[in-house]
Amino acid sequence: MFILDIVSSVLLIAGVFFGLSGAIGLFKLPDFFTRVHAASVTDSIAAILIIFGLLLQTPFDLNTAKLLFILTFLMITSPTSSHALAKSARHGGLLTLSEEKEKQQEQTH
Amino acid sequence: MTEIYAVICIGILVVMSVALARAYSAPTVYDRILGVNMFGTKTVLFIAVGGFLMGRPDFLDIAIVYALINFIGMVAVLRFFEYTAPIE
Repeated sequence: MFILDIVSSVLLIAGVFFGLSGAIGLFKLPDFFTRVHAASVTDSIAAILIIFGLLLQTPFDLNTAKLLFILTFLMITSPTSSHALAKSARHGGLLTLSEEKEKQQEQTH
Repeated sequence: MTEIYAVICIGILVVMSVALARAYSAPTVYDRILGVNMFGTKTVLFIAVGGFLMGRPDFLDIAIVYALINFIGMVAVLRFFEYTAPIE
């Protein structure tokens, strides 16, 4: 059990590390679509790592099934909502960084 | 293992507060929705880890329900703002 504890601690701490890096990326990245990239990718990997870290702590019972259900559901819904967010931002008129630069250059010429 | 769970809970709380600060101070409405989305996902993980911290893994049911509601709410808000975004 000791080795399992160490492995699951490493997985949990790695998950929190990726979550923190995603949260910093929300503030630091220059463009809306790059921010979507940072948030969605780190959300997925943080969910995988934390749920697997908790899975190693359960005996094989109903809680294992619940954790696997949460993981499956997050793996389906998190990319879906990120895609819906990027699509609706695109329809709402947000531009990428290079497109904004081109627009500014056209306006100055 | 309890100390590890407590540390993980505090770390997830820090991530949640940063995401909420982003949702409060973002330039566009889509950035706010992005922050709220991240907050919701981290809340699911926080409830799961918190259940293990308190020795009551039954909290996983609440985490499942929160994940469902988070997704439905996100899609509903995005459908609302898809073509009628308020330009700030």
